[in-house]
Amino acid sequence: MAELTGRDAIRAALEQEMARDERVVLLGEDVAPGGVFKTTPGLVDRFGAERVWDTPISEQAIVGSAMGAAMGGLRPVAEIMFADFYATCWDLVANEIAKTRYMTGGQVRLPLVVRGSNGGGGLGFGAQHSQSAESWAMCVPGLKIACPSTPSDFKGLLAGAIREEDPVLVFEHKGLYGRTGEVPDGDHVVALGESHTLREGSDVTLVGLAFTVGICEAAADQLADEGISAEVIDLRTLVPLDVAAVLRSVATTNRLVIVEEGPGQLGWSASLAAIVSDEGFDDLDAPVLRVCGASVPLPAAGVLEEEVNPNAQRVIAAVRRMS
Amino acid sequence: MADDSSPDRAGTLSPPPDAADLELYRSMLLARRMAEKTRQLWTDGGVHGPGHLSDGHEAISVGVAACLREGDATIGTYRGHAHALARGADPEAVLRELLGREGGVCDAKGGSMHITSVEHGYFGSYAIVGAHLPIACGLAWAQRLKGEGNVTVCFFGDGATNIGAFHEAVNLAAVWQLPLIFCCENNLYMEYTPITAVTPVRHPAADRASAYGLDRVVVDGNDVEAVRDVIAERVQRARKGDGPSIVEAMTYRLRGHSLADPAAYRPEAEVQEWARKEPVGRYRTVLSERDVPAEELDGVEREVSELVDEVAERALAAPSPQGETAMTDVWADGGSAWRS
Ligand SMILES: Cc1ncc(C[n+]2csc(CCOP(=O)(O)OP(=O)(O)O)c2C)c(N)n1
Ligand SMILES: [Mg+2]
Repeated sequence: MAELTGRDAIRAALEQEMARDERVVLLGEDVAPGGVFKTTPGLVDRFGAERVWDTPISEQAIVGSAMGAAMGGLRPVAEIMFADFYATCWDLVANEIAKTRYMTGGQVRLPLVVRGSNGGGGLGFGAQHSQSAESWAMCVPGLKIACPSTPSDFKGLLAGAIREEDPVLVFEHKGLYGRTGEVPDGDHVVALGESHTLREGSDVTLVGLAFTVGICEAAADQLADEGISAEVIDLRTLVPLDVAAVLRSVATTNRLVIVEEGPGQLGWSASLAAIVSDEGFDDLDAPVLRVCGASVPLPAAGVLEEEVNPNAQRVIAAVRRMS
Repeated sequence: MADDSSPDRAGTLSPPPDAADLELYRSMLLARRMAEKTRQLWTDGGVHGPGHLSDGHEAISVGVAACLREGDATIGTYRGHAHALARGADPEAVLRELLGREGGVCDAKGGSMHITSVEHGYFGSYAIVGAHLPIACGLAWAQRLKGEGNVTVCFFGDGATNIGAFHEAVNLAAVWQLPLIFCCENNLYMEYTPITAVTPVRHPAADRASAYGLDRVVVDGNDVEAVRDVIAERVQRARKGDGPSIVEAMTYRLRGHSLADPAAYRPEAEVQEWARKEPVGRYRTVLSERDVPAEELDGVEREVSELVDEVAERALAAPSPQGETAMTDVWADGGSAWRS
């Protein structure tokens, strides 16, 4: 075990996978000089410029050539600096990468990963650099989606994504790059589709993803002081979605609160809530509640960002409303 | 890279010093002092979030603004503070925005990357590289239909020339003969990567102009009068209905890409060379050589420094915005409701 930051854990995963498999290549803006979030420093020195490609500011070319490289037998890991910029290359992601295996009757293989920084995190990046784009991706069948919450998962899930045979978008919450945690040394791989139950509880299930996992934990701590026992589940991936684990949990707690950073107008929490309301109906003692971001673009000023993002107090208020 | 700064066109020597020269100087100084103040406020912790300053680039925003009139539009990138100020945006409202205070020019919702002052013809700062080039086409199209002879100037970086939106916008402007000047501020770098490392031509905007039937125009972007003169000619053409232009202005940022970037990737000799060519000090020398008395130049400097200190003090004393304001202005009715 080593104590690493999220950004160092990403680098560790990339190094691990590039050393293991020479088909793994990187491309993106400023990746050779180390990346603007410092997730790729030194990789060009170890693996050479042929495998670590610095690109122009050309997101369509980045994602499109990643797709072509995967078709050609490589296992590319592309970087989109901010997930908001998926909007500039969405055709390649949604119309080409997500659909080509299916449209070709399984002839075309697309083992590729696109990483991007995601979410707000109180960093003041404003409306065009802070969105929670994981729900955009979830609208499109054909994409796997990973959203790690701990340094250990930044390494393990990224390695898992690189070993997938399908295209995976990894959303790295930018508020988590600097957080530290224990990360297993050596080969560390987490398979996609397995949620993680951080703490067991009996009164309510709190489900979070990436940055909101910490919010769920903080809420669970405070609820414990009030004598309410909360179970906390980190979903880790949206596709595949570990519905079974959430249903199992709700079978004992009978209550579910889902915490999503993105706007509540639509989002992954709405899909999960609908599924649990249907398949877990008999176990529920209260309607499933969602605590989400407000339906506005993210404002720049810190006080305004706090106003619109979910926090532990709002989660606690939701739990109180159920009991 | 040395000859990158050698312009195709030099500034024409103006007649004896006049008020207009001093105004160019004052305007550049305002942008410079505001950038310095912003950096200081960031270091002190008052400015939060990303910030992209224009120190080193001032001659471009100021030289262009000198050619424009009411009704003309400008539009730019996240590196947009100088562009807003050059069109007349209120420095205090800009600083309030950067500090996230009430009375910010965008109500503290936009922040550093989205400084906008529509009342001054500055239609905003956009943070997705390339996005505002097609938007500029629309501004210019509206001007063309109104037929008042107004023009749009669109500022963007060298790095933006490699995104598809650049090519779509320039092609459209050329086909529609829009009253639009694409002004590339080539500071030789994107974030950490030199533009030459990812572009097959030396002048990423100007060398591509011919692909759209436009002239190849490169100007010394650190010479405020050269910028003004080249842009004035292009604006004249656009006003007459002779269509768009691309102007590539060579410049250099004095510091990092953003406030947090120490810019360690730039060779020291290059930094030194460009420091000697920085536009504000350089223009002071020009004015001195034209016999503007030192006291007069010192007076302008003092006045601008005092102004920036005063507005910063007032901005720092301003309150944080009310939380409820986060929920306003999504819609034209002022609200944000999306459901019954
Ligand atoms: C579509 C898109 N891709 C990437 C970025 C991240 N990014 C912000 S500024 C920048 C460099 C832009 O360089 P340039 O166009 O030369 O402008 P400069 O910052 O030098 O003024 C990059 C890559 C972005 N904002 N938008
Ligand atoms: Mg640049």
